[in-house]
Amino acid sequence: MTQTLDYEPNMVLATKTYDVVGTRPVRHDGADKVTGRALYGADFATAGLLHGSILRSPHAHARIKSIDTSAAKALPGVAAVVTSADFGSDSDAVVDLGEGATSLKWLRDNVLASDKALYRGHAIAGVAASNPHTAEEAVGLIEVEYEVLPPVVTVEDAMADGAPILHDDLKTEELGEQTDTVSNVAQHFQHKKGDVSKGFAKADVIVEREYRAKTVHQGYIEPHNATALWNNDGRLHVWCSTQGAFTVRDAMAQLLDMPVSKIRVTPMEIGGGFGGKIPVYLEPVAALLSRKTGSAVKMVMSRADVFEASGPTCGSWSRVKIGGTSDGTITACEVELACEAGAYPGSPVGAGAMCALAAYDIENGTVDGYDVVVNKPKTAAYRAPGAPNAAFAVEQAVDELAQKLDMDPIELRLKNAAKEGTRRVDGPTFNRVGLVETLEAMRDHPHYSAPIGENQGRGVAVGFWFNIGFDSSVNLAVNADGTVILTEGSTDIGGTRASIAMQAAEVLGIPAEDVHPSVVDTDSIGFTAVTGGSRTTFATGWAAYEAAQSVKKQMIERAAAIWDVDADAVDMNRGVISSKSDPELSMTFKELAAQLGSSGGGISGTASVSPTGVGGSFAGNIVDVEVDPETGKTDVVRFTAFQDVGKAIHPSYVEGQMQGGSVQGIGWALNEEYYMNEAGGMDNSTLLDYRMPTSLDLPMIDTVIVEVANPGHPFGVRGVGEANIIPPTPAIANALQRATGTRLFETPMNPVAITAANGD
Amino acid sequence: MPAKTYVQTIINGEHVDLLCEPRQSLLEALRDVVGLTGTKEGCNDGNCGACTVEFDGRIVTSCLVLGVEAEGKEITTIEGVAQGSELHPIQQAFLENAALQCGICTPGFIVASKALLEQNPDPTEHEIRFWLANNLCRCTGYDKIVRAVQDAAVKMQEA
Ligand code: FES
Ligand code: FES
Repeated sequence: MTQTLDYEPNMVLATKTYDVVGTRPVRHDGADKVTGRALYGADFATAGLLHGSILRSPHAHARIKSIDTSAAKALPGVAAVVTSADFGSDSDAVVDLGEGATSLKWLRDNVLASDKALYRGHAIAGVAASNPHTAEEAVGLIEVEYEVLPPVVTVEDAMADGAPILHDDLKTEELGEQTDTVSNVAQHFQHKKGDVSKGFAKADVIVEREYRAKTVHQGYIEPHNATALWNNDGRLHVWCSTQGAFTVRDAMAQLLDMPVSKIRVTPMEIGGGFGGKIPVYLEPVAALLSRKTGSAVKMVMSRADVFEASGPTCGSWSRVKIGGTSDGTITACEVELACEAGAYPGSPVGAGAMCALAAYDIENGTVDGYDVVVNKPKTAAYRAPGAPNAAFAVEQAVDELAQKLDMDPIELRLKNAAKEGTRRVDGPTFNRVGLVETLEAMRDHPHYSAPIGENQGRGVAVGFWFNIGFDSSVNLAVNADGTVILTEGSTDIGGTRASIAMQAAEVLGIPAEDVHPSVVDTDSIGFTAVTGGSRTTFATGWAAYEAAQSVKKQMIERAAAIWDVDADAVDMNRGVISSKSDPELSMTFKELAAQLGSSGGGISGTASVSPTGVGGSFAGNIVDVEVDPETGKTDVVRFTAFQDVGKAIHPSYVEGQMQGGSVQGIGWALNEEYYMNEAGGMDNSTLLDYRMPTSLDLPMIDTVIVEVANPGHPFGVRGVGEANIIPPTPAIANALQRATGTRLFETPMNPVAITAANGD
Repeated sequence: MPAKTYVQTIINGEHVDLLCEPRQSLLEALRDVVGLTGTKEGCNDGNCGACTVEFDGRIVTSCLVLGVEAEGKEITTIEGVAQGSELHPIQQAFLENAALQCGICTPGFIVASKALLEQNPDPTEHEIRFWLANNLCRCTGYDKIVRAVQDAAVKMQEA
């Protein structure tokens, strides 16, 4: 499937250039990561370490009647066993740990079940032993008496009359009102703009369809892990792979009812997260076991545990009705989106509903969202959570509308594209966004006009993600040799040490390599929110910018003091400090750095920010598929990903985000799913059977970086991590329709589905 | 605890003697007994390639080999790929091509790519993709990994 392009791949449509920003230095943590020296969570070891293991429910839905741990405790080598009783709390206070308000009881029960097991894989008890194998053996000796209940694993089954109820105390919130109805629907809400019935009355063509997307997992290659040491001074130290060390600290403080100041979390290198490494799973269990034993306890999930007891993102059901006039104006659109929350309320439906129609300037629209509990692990964030589910539906409906109107699908989107000033159906009005520029780049790209082969089809789609701001802190200190130490609290999952250091370097006018970034523990830096929401390069980068401004100001003041002139008369440009009036007075950043010690001491700068000028990001795909007419096997033969990133700080890692998100979308579209059996268990919880895309399944993933600067960031950054996973599922569905003449309304669009739909 | 077995191996060119439980995999032995944690575990059942090492001249997923099977064998792990302070051209190419994001898959990819280029110095894109199909990466979409291997192949042939 090797293809030759008659143009250079990976275009960057830059609108502004800088000295450091926009270049491609080798990442600062690179050498450690290519030599095996980088220490990830599972690599952590300390003296006297015990190893933990977890007993998990074999049933998808069961009442826990009794737990007998005596035989496990008696096994030689076992140091302690814990169950949910060891939390010593029955508080059901409402807490918000950055993923929406939820009940403390639900958070605790998800870590160790108390009264009910709500999914196969639900943690029941934890064991600490002298080695991992003994811990596993002991787990097998714990006796649990269950009353097995019927499971529900899809939103449709869970919403049906007479469905088995997961939580006897869960009452539906209906359009903002708390009702007395006990059901699996935690919440139903609606966004509304204009009057859809009037809009549909004006339409010449209406498309109405139902769509289903399957549950999928983030699929990070590194399993969850945690080591906890409850020290003799009463302080708890946790080492783990997490997207947010401070989030872990806060979650532990809530779950263990202790002040945050008694907890220190050291973020180890993290082997992928995509949103799934925000919640705590093992950390509290390891802490309880450490409290009981007085030793550090390490726990690592198996791959089956990762699938069955962490993540995933939601499967969903949706319905879209869209109408347009013959000139291609969308007059109304109605969306219903029901998302799996997993075992406890809190699906990504809120974000999905907000993104559903974000790409369109529509006069009349409604979006109804349903948050539905099912017997699957509690969903966690996964790259633009909820938005791919919505887009799989809406972007196919828009495509079908274009076909019925006999319009080019990009032209139809351009005609109705949201832009600055457009009020979204969910309320907010857009500031400067780059959808039009992204669609124009797609339309004008050579891929869009390239000839297409036999059994092939070409599809397009777009997607929107908000991005977030939130708190970040950065410390900078100038070394005597003119390099700068940068300390930050944002987990680096994909090159953010570099993108943050580069923003400081740009301000200081020094090479990226002269800034040395470190990600430090929660005792060593100001509060920093999770690496998520595409916020790190935006917000922590902003903190680096601010801290660098402070260093710059102090460097200017110091030079002025040395020269005995007014600070106002001194400037610093591209790493050179000079007098505005006297050309004799000039020195480089390095020269001044060398004099700091003898001229009043070192200089450091610090900044804690919570920027509000977040810029949303639009992404789009052009994808060519080829379908084997006999087997239905689909090959993605050509793929071009477009995204408005605002400003690419390090274009290689921006491309990497776009390529990685695209491939996760391809996997979701063509192959990935939680394959559930009658008993509510996942039948394919190995990487062989879950089958994420391999290198052999894919072509090169070409990228086009569109830069429409975000006016809310000093370098125009929008954040790039998420929007790219949204367009692939509908773009592939649209391409398959053109290749085969048949439209598919459900993921995965695998050979079985394709041959069935084509009547073979 | 089951009795341990005395195992003599050569790891990254050095004689290493270790005491290994019969139930321990080579992956576990490397990480927990020898302390070479550069080899990663992603699945423990042979399906992710994060634990790839060179084992008597061929690549294996070390989670599917028992530690005791290392008796008399020569093993190269990621820690043995660089020559002293000189990175191997594949390591350099991974850095220059931004072929890693989280980096957890990287040791496995580098060990596997090195074995590929040793037996096929000028692979096609398809040959690279085929060879690396047992190494999963969830972050990069493989594009930059394939380009890094292509780049390393060119540089190694020039050298
Ligand atoms: S850990 Fe050995 S192949 Fe995954
Ligand atoms: S770089 Fe994260 S899995 Fe490959």
